[in-house]
Amino acid sequence: MREVTASGQTVEEAVQSALKQLNTTRDQVDIDVIDEGKKGLLGVFGSKRAIVKVKRRKNQVEKAKAFLYDVTSNMNVDVEVTSTVEENHVTFDLTGENIAILIGKRGQTLNALQYLVQLIINKQGNEYYTVSVDAEGYRSRRKETLESLALKMADKAVSLQKKVALEPMPAFERKIIHNVLQQKDVSTYSDGVEPHRHIVIKP
Amino acid sequence: MKALIESIVTPLVDHPEDVVVTKKEEDTKVVYHLTVHQDDVGQVIGKNGRIAKAIRTVVYAAKSDSKKRIYLDIM
Repeated sequence: MREVTASGQTVEEAVQSALKQLNTTRDQVDIDVIDEGKKGLLGVFGSKRAIVKVKRRKNQVEKAKAFLYDVTSNMNVDVEVTSTVEENHVTFDLTGENIAILIGKRGQTLNALQYLVQLIINKQGNEYYTVSVDAEGYRSRRKETLESLALKMADKAVSLQKKVALEPMPAFERKIIHNVLQQKDVSTYSDGVEPHRHIVIKP
Repeated sequence: MKALIESIVTPLVDHPEDVVVTKKEEDTKVVYHLTVHQDDVGQVIGKNGRIAKAIRTVVYAAKSDSKKRIYLDIM
């Protein structure tokens, strides 16, 4: 049950009775007062009961999960979505067959989905979440690839004594490279404007 | 395909009832035209077209039944 209309002597009473029916608390719902009610003469004549409509606010994470199920089923890809929440970061893990369609070239489809989920999860509600969407361990595989690429390119920069520019990447992928080259004798910075921002390795 | 576009766009906008997707078949491509409520235009395009780009990426990734190229027209 997601929505009930309840009545009571006062607005407060009506809300309380609605919350009881929904078995939830006040911060989880949206309240719509339909009628404030009237005390009436001596509390007997012309009294009107207060009427409220109380709607359960859908959990933000659940909503994002429903979105992922919706979109993937419309793409004819069967997936299982699991979500883990750590403070304000949510990770959605997609598993299933034909997952390659959802990842796309260099993860571009996965990144697009991640961006859309981030928008939808923060559209309503009080919490601000950061989102990552992973598919069959793609992110960790990509991390390994990026780390070895970073080390290789750093060596190249040092041996050539020249700046080496990498191809454009989203922010969280650039971060992986910055991090791994922190301990090396090269400096790194990002150049260009999104979405063409890329890393430059300087010897 | 139409359902896919609607399922992506509807949660993004404030007026889901005004999301309209029309399909137009041409010789070499299939054009889907998306219109949303006047106030929601920004929500589907985004800064520098970032949201529009993400929507297109997902839509183009989906396999379609026809062999024609798919094209998504926004507004």
